[in-house]
Amino acid sequence: MAPPNVTEAAAFQIAIVGSPNAGKTSVFNSLTGVRSRTANYPGVTVSRREATVEIGGRMVELVDLPGTYGLEPISPDEAVVSDALHGRLEGFRPPDALVMIADATSLDRSLFLLAEFLELGLPTCLVLTMVDEVAVRHGSVDLTRLSDALGIPVVGVIGHRGVGMATVKGLLVDPHDWIRPIVAPPDTLAERTAWIDSIIASVVAPLDADERTRRIDSVLLHPVWGPAAFIAVMLAFFQSIFTLATPAVDWLETVIGDFSDWVRDNVGGTFGDLLADGVIAGVGGVLVFVPQIALLFLIIGLLERVGYLARAALMADRVMGRFGLEGRSFIAMLSSFACAVPGIMSARTIPNERDRIVTMMAAPLMTCSARLPVFTLLIAAFVPNESAIGPLRSQGLALFGLYLLGALSGLVYSAVLSKTMLGGPTAPFMMELPAYRRPTATAVLLHVWDGVWSFARKAGTVILGTTIILWVLLSLPNTTPPDTLSEAEQASYEMEHSIAGRAGKALEPVLAPLGFEWRTNVALIGSLAAREVFVSTLAITTASEDEDALADRIATLENSDGSRAFDGPTVVALLIFFVYALQCFSTVAVLHRETNSWRWPAIAMSSMLGIAYVAALIGRSIAELL
Amino acid sequence: MCPTRLSQLPTGSHAVVLGVDQGPSGEGRRLQEIGFVPGTPVIVERKAPLGDPIVFEVRSTRLALRRRAADLIEVELTGEPTG
Repeated sequence: MAPPNVTEAAAFQIAIVGSPNAGKTSVFNSLTGVRSRTANYPGVTVSRREATVEIGGRMVELVDLPGTYGLEPISPDEAVVSDALHGRLEGFRPPDALVMIADATSLDRSLFLLAEFLELGLPTCLVLTMVDEVAVRHGSVDLTRLSDALGIPVVGVIGHRGVGMATVKGLLVDPHDWIRPIVAPPDTLAERTAWIDSIIASVVAPLDADERTRRIDSVLLHPVWGPAAFIAVMLAFFQSIFTLATPAVDWLETVIGDFSDWVRDNVGGTFGDLLADGVIAGVGGVLVFVPQIALLFLIIGLLERVGYLARAALMADRVMGRFGLEGRSFIAMLSSFACAVPGIMSARTIPNERDRIVTMMAAPLMTCSARLPVFTLLIAAFVPNESAIGPLRSQGLALFGLYLLGALSGLVYSAVLSKTMLGGPTAPFMMELPAYRRPTATAVLLHVWDGVWSFARKAGTVILGTTIILWVLLSLPNTTPPDTLSEAEQASYEMEHSIAGRAGKALEPVLAPLGFEWRTNVALIGSLAAREVFVSTLAITTASEDEDALADRIATLENSDGSRAFDGPTVVALLIFFVYALQCFSTVAVLHRETNSWRWPAIAMSSMLGIAYVAALIGRSIAELL
Repeated sequence: MCPTRLSQLPTGSHAVVLGVDQGPSGEGRRLQEIGFVPGTPVIVERKAPLGDPIVFEVRSTRLALRRRAADLIEVELTGEPTG
């Protein structure tokens, strides 16, 4: 049987290697299209992407290994690259050949890494990216002489425009035909440096300094203008997500509402109700966030590809460092305001495993878009929409306060985690600041598509499934309510005596200290799968006519003893509970996938639920005193 | 000119790497792998607004290092900041 990482039909396995930021991914993408799959190496949080492509009539397996700066590993990620290339990973055969990707504008640095790859003795070829930028900066790299000097094939490409990719593909047909170095690079650092310096001197005409990048940095990293621009970008970021997307969100809500009514009228019966109230309302409640998510990915994708995110990370590093995080954690946290799933995935760019785990664990505490419908509903029902300080309104302030509480708690959580559970030394922080570049539309749109698609898939799987199950559990078994009750009371009676209703009642002793009664509890059980389910479930359990009226309905809902079901302290407790609790199957799944363990998702889930309970209890007690 | 630490140089300085300490957990090796080898010219390009990390230009790359990592690199000043 073939090892698990090799497709049986593949003639060769070729590893794509190189340092981070060399353009590895764009070369890999243009060689493989969208056919790649992502998988983890066993036992570590390091992922690889692989794809089998047909080249010259043969199937070739391409593996995109994580970016590395050297083969003497100092972090677990690099250990994996090193082990994979040396064939030391059990069940994984070493690659048959290497394609090293290097940035042509910083060739001298890349040759140190190339020397380490050449020591492996595998057929190796060098693909230089960004050769267009070399010309723009009046330099040149003599590819033929470089190939002669190194004794390996050298190809220049312009990754995003596909220039040179045909030559690369031609090479991939048979790596055994590649020319091989006659002598290995020198062993000692001093000799190796001299070897590299002499090659560079003979093949590279020095480039002009990147004056454009330097000029832009002198503003965007300026001691005063830098932070000012940073704050402006962040404000614009949040502002556009909440305002620009609103018309599209409203439109989608109307369309989905109309569709739901149409289904209810035309399908009819219990099944029609399930489709309209359960499936369409549940899934639709998530799909309405698609414009917001798309916009968020668009802005983050643009900022990243232009080169600004690296600068933002640089400026945030000092502050993040205080909390056991690093500059790049900031990018993951920022993405997590849309959704923790892409946030956790973007932590892959953090080279140090410890920093990466802390970042991924704190990501779910950022206020994601799934919390927004819950916060909006509860605030609309209980905070008067009056002007508070100048143009700021109290509802907006309440929402801002919840965002701030989540973000600050996330930082404290990281600090505690990195001090208690993740000791040991850290790798030195280093980050390359790429040149400012004009991003290509395809790259940015692909990024947006990836984000939207994985979000929509969550709506179609987790939320759809949970909503159907909850609806069934709220309808079974069939009970006969007393005739004396009104129609709405009968519906409520039926739900209270359903399986889900009884489960909600059973939780009352635990959740009563927070002021939650059975209707809330059922919605909370549902929200463990996805937070958005809370709103649609509450709409069903409070027998509300439609979700628009839900805020009014819960504001006046009474318990059987006549007291208010949702009084001020209860709502405070609920809001705080949602700030902390990890209620999201997708996040748990992605944490499991990215850390390759159940330990971290289990710790995240239990600690955040625990913190949610205690914090909600404290919040409620304080609110009762006021 | 006496040797000093890369982290001590003001913005705009030009220097040449003399050597790299290994550091408590072997971080020095990584600094060498990314190009801080003896004889390599380094320019202190700028500091982050909060003073740390520091951006260097080394082997035609802009690299940001935390002060703690730059402390491991011993350099000789070759050019004072201009202007």
